Amino acid sequence: MEMRNPIARARGLGSAGSGASHWLAQRITAIALALLSPWLLWAALGLAGGGYADARSFLAQPLNAVLVATYMLCLFYHAQLGIQVVVEDYVHTRWLEILLQIATKFVCFLAAIASLLAIVRIALGA
Amino acid sequence: MSSPTPAKQRPLSPFMIGPYYRPQLTSMLSIAHRATGVLLALGALLVAWWLLATAGGPQSHATFDAFLRTLPGCLLMAGLVYSLIYHWLNGLRHLFWDAGMGLDLRTAYASGWAVVALSLAGTAAVWFAARG
Repeated sequence: MEMRNPIARARGLGSAGSGASHWLAQRITAIALALLSPWLLWAALGLAGGGYADARSFLAQPLNAVLVATYMLCLFYHAQLGIQVVVEDYVHTRWLEILLQIATKFVCFLAAIASLLAIVRIALGA
Repeated sequence: MSSPTPAKQRPLSPFMIGPYYRPQLTSMLSIAHRATGVLLALGALLVAWWLLATAGGPQSHATFDAFLRTLPGCLLMAGLVYSLIYHWLNGLRHLFWDAGMGLDLRTAYASGWAVVALSLAGTAAVWFAARG
């Protein structure tokens, strides 16, 4: 999302990157996670004593499947944004910084897709 | 990613942790927010493992369950529960700051101590709920 006024871009003053959209995406995912985390923690406590069948039937419920899928997407998006900033701030060896940035994106993307597919498999009864 | 080194070396304020500043509640909570965030990213992978293990069948679910019952598994879970509650509370503090609220020193310290107390109390509550 473009947050800068075109005149600011034209003058070439201030930030040159995508800091504003990064900031905004981090906050929006934070709000989503803040709303869903108490529910998921509560659900996890309920499932802690149970076994395989309980976990299956929890995730097979359509509403639970949708909310957990939403949670996992927001979670890995938010995690990627956060780790990106941590690496930017503390890793000053250029090749290692680039390696970590790319690795973080790969792992987060892969884990998010894998989580979604796992939820879909359970929700569809596969 | 940082831009190429500017021609003029401008003075920078020193990092908040080190010999130049004495430790402050605000800076300690700030670095703890990052540390818990990094730990929670590992926790996210653990949740992904749980989903994959549950989708995989009783065998893979049992493997996951067995890991959580080992000592490293229990310690990891305890750390993750604390981190989740801490990051949730302190993240809320950040969202209020973003809205321009609670930025004065008195309120920032009061909300900081509240985060310390509530994160410990919340973790204890989850501990007892999980046992009971």
